[in-house]
Amino acid sequence: MTSSTPTLPSPKSNSFGGGILKGWKGRGWDRRATFWLIYLPPLFCLFVFLVMPVLLMAAFSFRPDMRGDLFRTWIPTLDQYASLVATGSYWRLLGISTLTALGIAISAVLLAYPLAYFLAFYAGARAGFYLILLLVPFWTSYLLRIMAWKILLGTEGVINSFLIYAGLIQEPLTALLYNRTAVVLTLVYVWLPFAALPILAALQRIDPALFEAAADLGARPAYQFARITLPLSLPGVFAAFFMVFIPTIGEYVTPLLVGGSRGFLYGNIIQDFFTKAANWPLGSALSMIMLAATLILVVLATRLIDLRQLFE
Amino acid sequence: MKSRRGPVLLGTYYFGLIVLLYLPIALLFLFSVNSSAFLSFPIKQLTLDWYQKLFDADAVLRSARNSLVVALGSSLAATTLGTMVSILMLRYKFRGQNLLIALSVLPLIVPYVVLGVALLILFSVLHIDRSLWTVGIAHTVVALPYTLLIIASRFAGMDAGIEEAAMDLGADYPTTLRRVVLPLIFPAMVSAWLTAFTVSFDEFALALFLAGTQPTFPVYLFSQLRFANRLPIMIALAVLLMIGTLTLVLVAERFRRREV
Repeated sequence: MTSSTPTLPSPKSNSFGGGILKGWKGRGWDRRATFWLIYLPPLFCLFVFLVMPVLLMAAFSFRPDMRGDLFRTWIPTLDQYASLVATGSYWRLLGISTLTALGIAISAVLLAYPLAYFLAFYAGARAGFYLILLLVPFWTSYLLRIMAWKILLGTEGVINSFLIYAGLIQEPLTALLYNRTAVVLTLVYVWLPFAALPILAALQRIDPALFEAAADLGARPAYQFARITLPLSLPGVFAAFFMVFIPTIGEYVTPLLVGGSRGFLYGNIIQDFFTKAANWPLGSALSMIMLAATLILVVLATRLIDLRQLFE
Repeated sequence: MKSRRGPVLLGTYYFGLIVLLYLPIALLFLFSVNSSAFLSFPIKQLTLDWYQKLFDADAVLRSARNSLVVALGSSLAATTLGTMVSILMLRYKFRGQNLLIALSVLPLIVPYVVLGVALLILFSVLHIDRSLWTVGIAHTVVALPYTLLIIASRFAGMDAGIEEAAMDLGADYPTTLRRVVLPLIFPAMVSAWLTAFTVSFDEFALALFLAGTQPTFPVYLFSQLRFANRLPIMIALAVLLMIGTLTLVLVAERFRRREV
């Protein structure tokens, strides 16, 4: 059997309702024709616009320099990775970016948990409406929300001018914008509503009978929370954590807008090497490291979340 | 009954946080009707001038049109591909099936900065000039996981017996798809299309790498940030676009939740 050849149906699958649609029916020319018609376009798109770019990027990361035509052969070299390993600041920035993303994800999850808890157990019939209310900020333009924080925190921004107007300070505070704290603040703001969703889903799945049983057996609310609610909601908590953590590691837009040079993250040096510095081979090597780090995290995440779901 | 302190405390927290979440957005609204180009307290005068000036600002409107074109094209492409992969995923069995599905959802986890530079390398190597096409292609790729997940979750709940019945009655498979399957998953397709549209319309991280001389609105907005006196006009348009996107999202939600 060659790859991506449809499997032939087993004899018993020809009965009605026996899943004949998974294989061919009769001679099945129509099923086969449909298959190729809907198989080739996605295959082509994914190969040309997803697999090939990543492979090319990998190839570029083994290129010695940018000299010559973009499309030429070169002798693969580990120079870029060697200089990457030798330069401590890249690793430091990768470490800092990971820690920053970690801090953002943990903060977002901790702040979102009570939100989800309220929606799941106390909002009653209005829960749907309250949820929409929570999600509207998340659905507003991403760039716009980040800009709002720039306007809030800037030296001529809202907070400063308000404090001066109120007579609390004379000179504007410059420490508000263009640092890592501003990046963390903005990104927690951006992701907070989103983080509540998987936690809410996990909380809603808990069987209410468990609480009644626990209460009948004399468990106090705090004990119920510790022994029932929290453990059963952990899959949602992990999902929320990774849903914030993974996109945040690759973040480069928010640091660009509110982080300044002091708030740079790993994604920003990649962007720099492809725009200002035009050192694509080194930028590709940095991207490959980031891609590898992200994929490892995702594998880790699926392990962790699947493992938890076994106990559900 | 249990004590009422918990609910009150949680409710206060919930609505307090909601207020905090809306505050920055409300400030932008304020900024777009503020007479001065700087938003500083006390606010002197309110005006709709910025909205009026907006309609004379050609470049701004052109960038909004570019975003619209890219979002329309990429969302249609992503919905088509998402429908195809959904059918392949749920109605066929073939070698490499899992790989195809994995590739389709991969853009969800590849950092945008990595995908952006990878596509930049591809287009440069192929000598394809950066244009709305290149942005549209990138947006199609990143919207595919969303359309696939939305359509497949609807499709999965559908009884394959309906299709088998149609085929037993003599319809060939293309006809069955066209007359039976597509009408049934149509609400999910609309929802997927609207979602893909908003994903593309708002997207900046990829567009910054791939937009050439025709910036999309977010890219143009970003390029104008240096000029403080242009900011209120930009924000006025952003506010208008935001209202449009929000309407779309809410419509998409309605479609997604609609029963079979």
